[in-house]
Amino acid sequence: MNLHEYQGKALFAEYNLPVSKGKIIYSADEVTDACNEIGGTSWVVKAQVHAGGRGKSGGVQLINTPEDGIKFAEKWLGNNLVTYQTDAKGQPVNSILIEECTNISQELYLSAVIDRDSQKIVFIGSSEGGVNIEDVAKNMPEKIIYQGVVYGDKSLPDSALNIAKVLKLNDIQTNQFISMIDNLLRLFVEKDLSLLEINPLVITDSGDLLCLDAKVNIDSNALFRQPELLEMYDETQEDPQEAEAAKNDLSYVSLDGNIGCMVNGAGLAMGTMDTIKFYGGNPANFLDVGGTATQERVAKAFKIILEDPDVKVVLVNIFGGIVRCDLIAKGIIAAIKEVEVKIPVVVRLEGNSADKGSKILSKADIKIDSINDLADAAKKAVELAK
Amino acid sequence: MSILVNKDTKLIVQGFTGSQGTLHSEQSIEYGTNIVGGVTPGKGGMEHLGKPVFNSVDEAVEELDPNASIIFVPAKFCKESIIESAEAGIKLIVCITEGIPTLDMLEVKKIIDDLGVRLIGPNCPGVITPGEAKLGIMPGNIHKPGSIGIISRSGTLTYEAVKQTTDLGFGQSSCVGIGGDPIPGSSFIDMLKLFEDDDQTEAIVLVGEIGGNAEEAAAEYIKNNVTKPVISYIAGQTAPAGKRMGHAGAIIAGGKGTAKDKIEKLKECGVHIADNLVSIGSKVAEVLQR
Repeated sequence: MNLHEYQGKALFAEYNLPVSKGKIIYSADEVTDACNEIGGTSWVVKAQVHAGGRGKSGGVQLINTPEDGIKFAEKWLGNNLVTYQTDAKGQPVNSILIEECTNISQELYLSAVIDRDSQKIVFIGSSEGGVNIEDVAKNMPEKIIYQGVVYGDKSLPDSALNIAKVLKLNDIQTNQFISMIDNLLRLFVEKDLSLLEINPLVITDSGDLLCLDAKVNIDSNALFRQPELLEMYDETQEDPQEAEAAKNDLSYVSLDGNIGCMVNGAGLAMGTMDTIKFYGGNPANFLDVGGTATQERVAKAFKIILEDPDVKVVLVNIFGGIVRCDLIAKGIIAAIKEVEVKIPVVVRLEGNSADKGSKILSKADIKIDSINDLADAAKKAVELAK
Repeated sequence: MSILVNKDTKLIVQGFTGSQGTLHSEQSIEYGTNIVGGVTPGKGGMEHLGKPVFNSVDEAVEELDPNASIIFVPAKFCKESIIESAEAGIKLIVCITEGIPTLDMLEVKKIIDDLGVRLIGPNCPGVITPGEAKLGIMPGNIHKPGSIGIISRSGTLTYEAVKQTTDLGFGQSSCVGIGGDPIPGSSFIDMLKLFEDDDQTEAIVLVGEIGGNAEEAAAEYIKNNVTKPVISYIAGQTAPAGKRMGHAGAIIAGGKGTAKDKIEKLKECGVHIADNLVSIGSKVAEVLQR
C-alpha cells in the first residue's frame, strides 16, 4: 500500500526526522490561512498523487503570494495529474501540500528496501539526488552505496558512516545522519514498510539535512497490525476495478487486451495470460479467483472483468486441486446466469473430477465452450476475441 | 530415494483442529502420510482425526518424536509457530500459510538458518513424494511415482507440470513448492542441490515466475553444479512492470525481474526452456529423448 507524500512526512515527523513545515489543504479556500500559518514570503505547493515525476508535469510550483497558490489549487484540485509514471488518464488530485520554501545547497538520495538476496534491510545512498536513481545506477554506479543493516545491530553507526562518506557529508551533517538512519530503520521496522525513498534528501543553505520528499510503501501483509496506516489508504489513487477486486479479496490487475481471464492461483493466472499471448491474443487482465472458486467468488470475478468494456470473451482456467471441478462447474453456470454474462465464455477445467465438471458445463442451458486442453481453450478464446 | 519426505516421515500438524488443518490433514492421511498428531494451543488432551492434540510443539515432540511439521495457522501467528517448531528441534517445517509480513520472515529466516532447520514455504503448496508422503495441499491423485523432480514458486503451476509429466508416463521423484513470497525459507538452489544428489531423479523441472532474481541465481548454480538436465518454464511473460501479480514476490521492479531476462540467463546456463505452459511435459520428453 502506498502513502501520499504528506502522510509519509507525518510519519517522518513522528520519528524525529527533519521535514519542512507544511500544511495539507483540500480546497482553494484554505490556501491563504495555510500560507499565513506556515509564515514566510514564499511557499512550495505540491499536488498529492501516488506517482513520481510531479515536478516535470506542473504538479509542484514555487509561489510568492497566496493568490498564486489559490490559482494552483483551482487548477489541480478535482483534476488529474499525468506524469511519466501514471497512465494516460493520470491520477486524481484531491489534496495539496503547502510547505515553507527551502534554500537548497545540495541534493542527495536515500532509500531503504528489503533485499531478497542478502535477506536484510538495505539502505541505498547516493550523492546524486533529485534525479532518477535507476539512471544513476546505470551511468554512475560509483556514486551509489548499498548498505545492508540488521535491526538491533550494534554496528548501525558504522553502516551510517559508510553511507555518509559516499554522500560526502561534513562532521555536523554526519552526526545528524547517524541519528537519521537510526530513526529511519526504527520507522521501517515498526511500521512494516516495504520501501522508503527520500529523493531528494537535501542539504539546506544553513548546512542541515532535510527530507524534501517522502515515498513510503507499506507491506500489505502487515496491515492487520498497522490500523492507523490502513486509515491512510486512498482508494481514489487505485484503478477502480483493482480496488473493487481487493475489497472482495480477489487479486486483479487490469491490462490492455480484450480476453478476460479468470484463473485459480497467481502463477497459473500469469501462465494463462502468457498462453493467450503465445497463440496471438491479448489478455485484458490478471485475475486470481483463489483456491475455492465458489459461485459467489466467480460471480464477483465476472462482474469485475466485465466492467472493462474492451473484454470480448472470458477464458476461465481452473485447476481443481482439493476443490472438485464438478462443484466449480455448477458455480460457474450459476454465476454466469446471476451476472447475465452476454459475451462468450470458454472454460477449461483440469484436475479433481474435471470430466464430471466438463459434462455439467456441456449440458448447461447456456452456451459455454468447455475445452479441457489448455492450448485448445486459449486458441478458442483468441479466435472468439477477433 | 526421493528428497525431504518419504514413508518414514513422522509428521505433526500445527493448526491441526482449524478448518484448513483438518481438511488437508484428512487428505494427507488418506494419501498414506504418517501424521502422528497435532498442535492447537488450548486444545491439548483431545483427539482429532484419531490423533492426539497437544498445546505446544514441545509437548508433541516429547510424546511423539516427530521429524517434520506442517503449519496451517493464520498469517499473524506464523512467525511464532515456525520459531516454536524450530526451537523444539523439528528439522523440517513446511508452512502453507499465505500473507506473512515480510519483516517477520526476515526474523524467522535468521533463526532457522542458525538452528540448521529446513523451512519450505511460506505461501506454498508443500512437498510430496508420490506414493509415500504428502505434506501439503496439492491434489494427490495427479502425482505418480517416477523420475522427475519438480521445484516451483507457484501452487497451481506446479500442478500443471505434475499433470503433464504424469500423463506422459514420467512421474515424479518429489515435488516442492518453495512459495511465492519475497523471502522464502528455501531457495531453488537448496532444492537443486537435493535433487542433484537424489538417485531417483533423472531430470529436474524448475517452474519460475517474474520478480526477484532467484531464477538467475539458480541458472548460475545449475551451470556450475548440476549435471542432470533441467527444464524450465517462467510465468509472467506478459506481466506489466510495477504491478504485484498476486504473489507478494511477483513484481517487476525498476525493470528488473522480467521473464525475458530470466529466460535468457537460464538458456545461457544450459537450461532447456519450455516456451509455453502447455509444453512443459513435451519438453521433458524431448530432452530425455523419450
